[in-house]
Amino acid sequence: MTLGTSTRLGLFLLLAPILVWLIALLVLPHADMFLVSMREKVAPRTYEFSLANYAEFFTEPLYWRTFARTAIMSIAATAMTLLIAFPVSYYIAKMLRGRLKSFLFLLCLVPFWVSELVRTFGWMILLRESGVFSNVFQWVGLADAPVEMLYNDATIMVGLVYTSMLFMVVPLVTTLDSLDDAQVEAGYDLGGNAFTVLREIIVPHAMPGIVSGCIVVFMLTLGNYLTPVLLGGKDSLWFTAQIYTQFITRFNWELGAAFGFLLLALSSLIVWAGLKVTRQTLTETMG
Amino acid sequence: MLETTDSFDLECRSLVRRFGAFVAVDNVSFGVPQGDFFSILGPSGCGKTTILRMMAGFDQPTSGDILIKGNSVLDVPPNKRPVNMVFQQLALFPMMSVAENIAYGLVRKGLGKSEIADKVKSALDRIGLPTSGDKSIKQLSGGQQQRVAIARCLVLEPTALLLDEPLGALDLKLREHMKVELKKMQDQFATTFVYITHDQSEALVMSNHVAVMNEGRFEQIGTPQDLYYHPDTAFVAGFVGDSNRWHGTVERADSSGVKVVTADGVSLLATPAGDAPLSKGGEVDIFVRPESVVLSLEAERVSGMDNRISGELISILFNGANSRALIRDSKTGGELDVALPQTGEFSTLAQGAEVHLGWGLAQAKAFAVNGERP
Repeated sequence: MTLGTSTRLGLFLLLAPILVWLIALLVLPHADMFLVSMREKVAPRTYEFSLANYAEFFTEPLYWRTFARTAIMSIAATAMTLLIAFPVSYYIAKMLRGRLKSFLFLLCLVPFWVSELVRTFGWMILLRESGVFSNVFQWVGLADAPVEMLYNDATIMVGLVYTSMLFMVVPLVTTLDSLDDAQVEAGYDLGGNAFTVLREIIVPHAMPGIVSGCIVVFMLTLGNYLTPVLLGGKDSLWFTAQIYTQFITRFNWELGAAFGFLLLALSSLIVWAGLKVTRQTLTETMG
Repeated sequence: MLETTDSFDLECRSLVRRFGAFVAVDNVSFGVPQGDFFSILGPSGCGKTTILRMMAGFDQPTSGDILIKGNSVLDVPPNKRPVNMVFQQLALFPMMSVAENIAYGLVRKGLGKSEIADKVKSALDRIGLPTSGDKSIKQLSGGQQQRVAIARCLVLEPTALLLDEPLGALDLKLREHMKVELKKMQDQFATTFVYITHDQSEALVMSNHVAVMNEGRFEQIGTPQDLYYHPDTAFVAGFVGDSNRWHGTVERADSSGVKVVTADGVSLLATPAGDAPLSKGGEVDIFVRPESVVLSLEAERVSGMDNRISGELISILFNGANSRALIRDSKTGGELDVALPQTGEFSTLAQGAEVHLGWGLAQAKAFAVNGERP
């Protein structure tokens, strides 16, 4: 098919904003970052091509262990978010009708009107040694001294799950909404119980929503900086904090850039493996 | 067939279901004998689906009892009731293959792998889809999906199969075909069918017994012939089959029949029908089937009949053996629907021709008007 000049111009103009956005904000910085990651400082202001930055990640245990820890905790956070969000989404999508349904759905959205930073500080007010929970525990008599609930892995997990909830609930509600009630009833009518109906009918139907929700939550969690650093403190050992340290504290842009690309590559690998294990495809999920 | 005995496969006693102030099912009682094809026929919103859902266990009656093989099942959850339901939109599981759909209930029963495979295979053979086991549901045509939905239930050998307007989603031609097919399947599996429909031809063609339902109540239960030839109420007369209808006032009522005068001043003789007695001055509806009207070109042919009308032919609705003639009464301008015999006598009949109509008083049924008319 040949397009007229004016049609082609129109198409170009339509595509221009997205192309500018993609090239200027994604492709160019990443290309430059990639080049930075592939060089080594041999003397002041002299660089040469090297893979040393990448090698450092694998030879220095702190780095790859930090990454492994981040990945495992992100997977755990994703799984917990799914476990909590699924019943919530099912309730919103299938049990409720009309205004209450939209109201509860909106309620899931409300926390996101506040910036993540403010929300995280909210958690800190609740959980710190001199915070609300600590005082309540002492007042009730559950504790004799102030309790510090910040700066541990459990707190990081709570924060991550809380932050991710919406991104799991939205795709789940959307897919569960499209499940015909008659399917569930047929599942029971033919002898299924709550568990088999869930396993054979509801979950397979919701699979695209589960997969896309999990991918989004996993990526957001893995790349999260604020929540682990603020709630986990120095010991959070989150990989993004490691990247931040290289860029800002150590001025080692080369290593930081290499870490950035490793994060991208390794997280993509984990998502790919996840899709393989659950026998889903990206096109099925997104299409 | 309404006497309460234990020989019924399925029985409802004084079933009531209220939604707030609205009474969806109002004191309905009936029994379905073993192997029967029982239909509940009614306009949409009459409560027939509510009855079916209560029998399946998805809804609880406000009062009354549901018995399967003589035992009350009110406390039995849907997955434990020995009845299965074919849903209006079929509700086949799209993520499973045809064979997996049929096997679903058998797997839930905990049957062995080889036994399930045998049963699925024989079910596929019986519904004429022996090689479609591995296909996905989307690859099947509407009629094939229909058969799978029914087979999926029948492999479980339920006491009764509940069908909720399963032909509603099909196109006309397929619907006609499926009527015959359903009846055949019922014979083949020898299972009791309870069939819900708003389509009278589906109910009449397939059923042994039909209950006509209106506004939460059963108007009449009987064989299709009963309903057609001996309707108990004006609603049944109007809803089952086609009818010409007049509304009028009783001028004289005696043992031989009633004389009714319509608002247009037409005098008609009819037989009283229904429970309510007809008395002078009472309002009645008269129903006359199109096929009980004699159509003639000569006035003498109908001169001996109780009711006579002359009119002009407006149009012929040709439909083979079911052809109709639409005739306008020359006195009142009212229109009549008359069966047009395809004997050749009327083959030259042209629009505008003058024709004479006549029917006996036995063919005209007069029902007292009480409340709303269908």
